[in-house]
This record gives sequence, C-alpha cells and structure tokens, in this order.
Amino acid sequence: MEQFGQEFLNLDVMAKVAPFLLQGLLQTLLLCSFLIPIGLVSGILVMLLTTSPYRLLRWPAIAAVDFFRAFPPLVLLVFVYAGLPFIGLRVPALVAVAVAFLINSASYYGEIYRAGMVSVPKGQREAARSTGLSATQTLLYVTLPQAIRNVLPDLLSNTVELVKLTTLASVISVPELLHSANLARSLTYNSSPLILAAIIYLLLLLPIVRLIARLEHRL
Amino acid sequence: MSSAAAAPVPRYLLEARGVRKSFGTTEVLKSVDLLVEPGKLVFLIGPSGSGKSTLLRCCNRLEEPDGGSIIMDNVDLLSPRTDINAARRQIGMVFQSFNLYPHLTVQKNITLALRKVVGMSTADANARAAEMLALVGLPDKAASYPAQLSGGQQQRIGIARSLALNPKIILMDEPTSALDPELVGSVLAVVKDLRDRGITMVIASHEMNFAREAADKVVFLDGGLVIEHGSAENIFLRPQEERTRRFLAQIRH
Amino acid sequence: MTAADAMSNWDRFVFTFFNADIAMKYGWEILQGAGITILAGLAVVITGISAGFGLAALRAIGGKPVNFFIIVFVDIFRSLPPLAIILVLFFGFPNIGIVLPSLIVLWMSLSAVLAAFAEEIFWAGITSVPKGQWLAARSTGLTFAQTLRYVILPQAVRLGIPPLTNRAISITKNLALGSAIGVNEILGRANSALSMSANATPLTMGALLYVLVFIPLVIASRTLERNYRWGEH
Repeated sequence: MEQFGQEFLNLDVMAKVAPFLLQGLLQTLLLCSFLIPIGLVSGILVMLLTTSPYRLLRWPAIAAVDFFRAFPPLVLLVFVYAGLPFIGLRVPALVAVAVAFLINSASYYGEIYRAGMVSVPKGQREAARSTGLSATQTLLYVTLPQAIRNVLPDLLSNTVELVKLTTLASVISVPELLHSANLARSLTYNSSPLILAAIIYLLLLLPIVRLIARLEHRL
Repeated sequence: MSSAAAAPVPRYLLEARGVRKSFGTTEVLKSVDLLVEPGKLVFLIGPSGSGKSTLLRCCNRLEEPDGGSIIMDNVDLLSPRTDINAARRQIGMVFQSFNLYPHLTVQKNITLALRKVVGMSTADANARAAEMLALVGLPDKAASYPAQLSGGQQQRIGIARSLALNPKIILMDEPTSALDPELVGSVLAVVKDLRDRGITMVIASHEMNFAREAADKVVFLDGGLVIEHGSAENIFLRPQEERTRRFLAQIRH
Repeated sequence: MTAADAMSNWDRFVFTFFNADIAMKYGWEILQGAGITILAGLAVVITGISAGFGLAALRAIGGKPVNFFIIVFVDIFRSLPPLAIILVLFFGFPNIGIVLPSLIVLWMSLSAVLAAFAEEIFWAGITSVPKGQWLAARSTGLTFAQTLRYVILPQAVRLGIPPLTNRAISITKNLALGSAIGVNEILGRANSALSMSANATPLTMGALLYVLVFIPLVIASRTLERNYRWGEH
C-alpha cells in the first residue's frame, strides 16, 4: 500500500512537477481553443454536404465521412506528420495536429448534426418555407436550432472526445498535458505526474460527462 | 378441489374495501369500495383524475395501496404471504396504450407469460395463442409485429394477451381512449363477446353508450370517492347524486 | 508548370506513397500486424460490451451503494483519455511489482473504456423503455427478473445497438495507441518499416489496412441506424 502511494500519489513529486504540467495544460487548452470551435462549425458544413439534395455532392461527402470514421486519428496524425515530409511537405507538429484532428472531428460532428436534422419533423421546414423564409434562413432560425437541441448530449460528448484526442499529439512530441506528464514521469522515475495529469483531465471533463449523463436520462 | 363443497361460494369475485392510495401529498383514493360479482361487467366512470386508473392498478398491486383490503376469489392480495405473481395470472389487465412488446411478434406477445409463468410448452402456448387470436378476430396476425397493426388491432391483441392466461377477471384501463373513433367499435365488439361468454370484467371508460347497453353495474368515482353505484339504468336515467348528474350532463354536452 | 514537371511530381508521389517494391518487402510484416489488430479488437469488443451489459443489468437490479460505484467507474472511464490510462498501466504498475505485457495493457484499458460507454448506452436503453412495458409484463405474472430478462433488456439492447456500434468502432480504433507502448499492431509495424525503408509506403499500407478493417463496420453502422425498427420497413 505504501509502495502504491509512493509510486502513484507522491505529493512531493506532484508538487515539483506541477508548474511543468501547468505548461502542458496551457498547450492542451490552446489546442482545444481552436479545435473545438472549428470542429463545431466545419461539422455543420459536412452535414450540409451529406444531406445535400444533389447526389454529386452528397455521395462523395458520405464516402469521405465513412472513410475518415474508419481511419484511426493517430494513424491520420502520423501520416500527416511523418508521411508528407517525404514529398517535401514538412508541416509543423501543431499544424499536423490541427489538420488530422479537424478532419476526424468534422466527420464525427457532421454525423451528429445530420442525426439532429433527421430528427426535426419535415413540417418545420415546410412551415418555415411557406412563410417566405429562404433556405438559409430556415436552416439558421428554424431547423438547425432544433437539431442542435435534440443532439446536444452527443455534441457535448464528441467535444469531450476531442479534448481526449489532444493527448495523441504527445506521440509527435507536442508538449501538451499528457506529454509533459509522461516526460516528468521518465525524469522522476515515478508515476505520480501521470496521475496528476489524469486528475486534471478528470477535473476538466468529469463535470461535462456528468452533465451529459443528466441530459441523456432526461431525454 | 376437495374443500370446494365446504367453503362457502363467495358472493363477490373481487372484493376491495376501504382502498386508500396517496401519491406524495395528493390523496388519489380516499377509502374506496369495489365489489364485483362473478360473470358481471362493471363500468368505472368519472372525470379524469378521479382515481379510476389507480383503483384498477391497486387491484393487482401494480400500485401498492396504502390501506384497505382486496380479496380476489378468497385470496387476500395484500397479504405478504400471497405469491403476487401467481395471483396476477388470475387478473388480466388491458392498458390504454396497449403496452404490447414492440420487439416481439403478436404470437410471442401472447405466449411469453404462458411459457415463462405458466410453464406451457411452446407448441401448447402457440396453440393457445391461435385460439385467442381467433377469438378477437385476428387469426392471421400471429407473425406480425405490433408496429404493423392499427390501434384497434393492437388493443385486441392486448385483450388476447391477457385472456390467454385464462384469468378470473380482466381489468381494462380506458381500453378505447387512445383509438381513432372508427376503430373503437371493433374493440367494444370483442368486449361484448367476452361478456356474453361470462367473463368478469371491470372497465374504466368514457364509452357511455356502450356502458348503458352492456354494463351490469356502473360505479361513479369522483375525487377519490365512490359517489354512487348501481345498475346502468339507475345511474344513467335516475342518478341520485348532484355530482353524478353534473358529470353525466358534461359528458353528453 | 510543364508536363515533364508534373510527371516527375506524380512519379515522386507514387514512389513515396505507393512503392510496389517496398510494399512487397514489408507487406507480410504489416499484414501480421493487422491480424493482431483484429484479434485484439475482437477481444476488446467482447469484454467491453459484456462488462458494460453486466454493469447496466446490475444497476437495474442493484441498490444505492452498488449503483454509486458503477456511476463512479463509468464517469471516470468516460472522462479519462485512453492514452493516459494506457501509460499509467504500462509505466506505473511495473514499479509496484505488477508487470503486464503491452498487449494486455492495451486490451484492459480499451475494454474498461468501452465497458463504461456500453454501460451508459444500455442504461439509457433500459430507462427509455416505457413504464407501460413493466406494467404489462408484471400484470401477466412475470417476476421482476423475468420482466427484465424477456421484456426490458431485449428492447434496451436493440435501442443501444446503433450507438454502441459507433462507440465500439471509435474505441477500437484506439488500438493504434498500442504503437506508443510497443504493441506490434498495424501502426507499430508500419512505423518501424517506415524508418527502416526511409519511405512512406508502409504508412500508406498501414492506413489502408486500418480503413479496410473498419470500413465494413462503419457501413454496417450506417445501415443499422437506418433500418433498426421493429416490424417497420
């Protein structure tokens, strides 16, 4: 038991590495601050393509979404980061992360918005169009708000997934939270930094997960 | 049954006395009596919220009454020694919203309890289901799923499901209120047929015309109390209580 | 840009990402990685979903203390990044005398994550079965356990299958994280072939293999979502 505490809950080690982990946390938050909003917006664009009445737009879009849902994000990341330099396209690690995870999360957000749009009764769109609203106005003021409300738990859940996804950036040495923690572990020969990072992730994400559970059970 | 000769034949098949039930601070039933003679059709009428549905659910302990006594065919339903699952087999229930199992075919809806509660073989249960389906006029629907049927057909399957267990009494909670008007007749025809076969039933319903024509006894419930009860003729043509008169006037517009 | 330039760019691209010689040389190696990925994936799906199902059933039966522990487990494993769990098990546990092979660490971590999500999905299914289903079943004399077993759980499972398929796919894709702790799955082998051959073709092969493994599941989940209704077609 004491050995367990020494290895995983060593407060001295935690205190020593805390500032370093805080740096990592800032990097994680920086990643999230552009991945989440861009993901949320590009998901709407993906949804518009996959629900388009024009087959020429819809089919390739659906194929692309399915392709990237089958593509592990880490493989995508490594491909962008380690593969593209071979043809002279050297991309900075942060850009590689942005490209890989945005492709991944736009596909997932897009599918969620699509499910939301399907759940809005047809009559809503017909009613809006019959009062003279344009297609865009109908989307912005009538159907999309209802769609978002209907799939809010899924949108939140995917956002949690996106935050968790940023840990993969550690594989290509982006100094985000988990990378800093793992580096601290190898320097201190102690796992407490990893536990501290886990606690930070829990503090960040557990409230959202709780909220999702409550939203889902209410529905 | 060796004791049948010795035991007095009870006058009432279902004898509920002083049944009380509250939800939180709301007293839904304030001491209600419901006496049902064998072979009779009893109608429960009353405004919504009068406690009709709760009373029916207390009669098979889907709701746990707070007080009173309920005796079904000499069995004390509220006694802790009574096997309530066995007792419920004797008390069929038909629901307003049908409550058919959407994941099972019509046949399996009917046979589930036959196989799992009664312990019938699948072949026997299927034969029994076919018999019940013929009785409710839907002999060719065994393989259908509930979603493929109209509301009226679903409710007739609901009746067949409870009837299959050969219950001593069937409780029906607003069996036609969820149906489109043109589908009500098919369900009432089945009820009428069951009455003619001598099956005891208690029905909470707003079908006043049907009650007048088919009920042996009508019980008027309001505010958690039995206001008046008697023959259909007496209640509808010569109501004694002011509240009954007012309710009937509202129903007739 | 002249035609010759375009040609040479195209050649360079093919040489780098679709090099037949390199593909032949490392193909078998990477294909073996696919075998490991598929087997580990099956193991994760089986243990994760069964554990999640068991927890949900336990929660339907259980009292307050049991439910509390289930909820805590579920919330924690829904919140933690899988890679963090993997690193703790792989690097932390040997220091307290528990040495687990990397493949086992990967399997355990992803199974726990999937179990947490599956429990939530099954539980949401159980609570969304209308109350009338309980009433109808109990009124025919079925016991609580029989009602759960024959009426409620089958409906909960059916409601849960489309979201569960999606979740199982996205969690199983995390098998690629095994490469970070030296599991010889597709990405791990592709990565080492990449550094040995100084060519990106192994990575292309790895990526395509992943897509090949998962695309049938993705398409299946799309079909399920569209057609999963009772008796309505």
